[in-house]
Amino acid sequence: MIEVKNIVKSFDGKTILRDISARFETGKTNLIIGKSGSGKTVLMKSIVGLIRPEAGEILYDGKNVLRMDAQEVKALRCEIGMLFQGSALFDSLTVLENVMFPLKMFTRQSSAEREKRARFCLERVNLIGADRQYPSEISGGMQKRVAIARAIALNPKYLFCDEPNSGLDPQTSILIDELVRDITREYNITTIINTHDMSSVLGIGENIIFLDRGEKVWEGNSDGIFASTNEKLNDFVFASNLFKAVKEYIDDRNTKK
Amino acid sequence: MKILFQSLQRFGEYVLLLRKIFTTPDRWNEFFRRFKDEAYMLVIDSIAIVVTISLFIGAVITIQTQGNISSPLLPAYTVGLVTRDTLLLEFSSSIMCLLLAGKVGSNIASEIGTMRVTEQIDALDIMGVNSANYLILPKITALVVFIPVLVVFSMCSGLFGGYVVATFTDIIPASRYIYGLQSYFTEYYVWYTIIKSFFFAFVISSVASYYGYKVRGGALEVGKASTDSVVVSSVVILLLDVILTKLLL
Repeated sequence: MIEVKNIVKSFDGKTILRDISARFETGKTNLIIGKSGSGKTVLMKSIVGLIRPEAGEILYDGKNVLRMDAQEVKALRCEIGMLFQGSALFDSLTVLENVMFPLKMFTRQSSAEREKRARFCLERVNLIGADRQYPSEISGGMQKRVAIARAIALNPKYLFCDEPNSGLDPQTSILIDELVRDITREYNITTIINTHDMSSVLGIGENIIFLDRGEKVWEGNSDGIFASTNEKLNDFVFASNLFKAVKEYIDDRNTKK
Repeated sequence: MKILFQSLQRFGEYVLLLRKIFTTPDRWNEFFRRFKDEAYMLVIDSIAIVVTISLFIGAVITIQTQGNISSPLLPAYTVGLVTRDTLLLEFSSSIMCLLLAGKVGSNIASEIGTMRVTEQIDALDIMGVNSANYLILPKITALVVFIPVLVVFSMCSGLFGGYVVATFTDIIPASRYIYGLQSYFTEYYVWYTIIKSFFFAFVISSVASYYGYKVRGGALEVGKASTDSVVVSSVVILLLDVILTKLLL
């Protein structure tokens, strides 16, 4: 489980995160949602340690990462897998080499063992036959799957996904969402997903926090979204005509009852 | 005042980056693999351009020197002597490294900068890999080891360029040119050039890596970082050239 307490972060005098506290459960898909510029990415980067917050605590299974020494942080990082918005695959390595990379850097496995594990991870994300290709030679959806395979190669305890659906078509988005949810349950890991895609929110959101201008204004699950009376959340959720229509349909049905 | 503050801040960041780079690699076999790749990509690929430029510059120095020495009091072999010393003392180290700052430096800055904006460096950091050490140390070592070799290639091909001119034109007999190359030869000049090139190689690789590593933004910023790295490393090379010449000669 990951817990953040009273996180504050500002850049050039502008406060981006205001006293954020949240709890991200193990074995569940935890979502951070909000408009662009609401502080989602800064919060996620603070949790993974790419940005150091000015105040607050970040607890990984009770241990405050901000008070760990360099060796402890390094050990923790081996337990973290991350899926970046743009996949962040290494251009100069093939698909197979990308997945083998963390194994090469952090295990004493032989080359054959590494390859076996990498192939297993690629099969787990349903990517077979692309192992000798370079990232530039495969589609965006396949790149995301390679990035997931790389992220799970070391059997992480924590998985972070920064806008995993950006730039993908709706069908591929659903596949990626389902894959992340299945992996989370199968390996019982703590997964945090940063998104503003409402299909993901409704599809896999088991624990959701909503940020608005750096503040946490709502917390709940996908079932509670439509029932919420929070004005800011409603503005965000029903910004699209599709969800507006769904809301009207549900309200209409409830009135007739 | 603001420029001075910014320059000091950048220098501080550069020193901190160097501290991050010069640590023990996580995996030595991975370091040697990358060292080999970098040596091939950054240095071996530059041999053709270094040899071509040096060949022509050597030829041009020979022709221009002959054109400017019209006094009968100066012996014909002076052309070979001047060509040799010009190439050894200045061209093959300083000017060649300025050219390499453009070719190799911009390559390094844009490669690392692109990795930064596409979050590949963040991916390394998240995994617990020291990204500065993993990416930059092999580049610096490859350049420091092999740029002096390129400088030696440059010297040889420049002198050969002069010989070609002496052989195929009638401005100076080839035998006089060869005699000039051997006259008053100071072996220390070769070492002086090689010592300078070690420093220049370090400047080219580390300054370009700094500019690439610190990029924030997108393609526009990567392009700017690449240009800035060439400008700054060129200025530093020229400054170091003056200091090293004063200290070594």
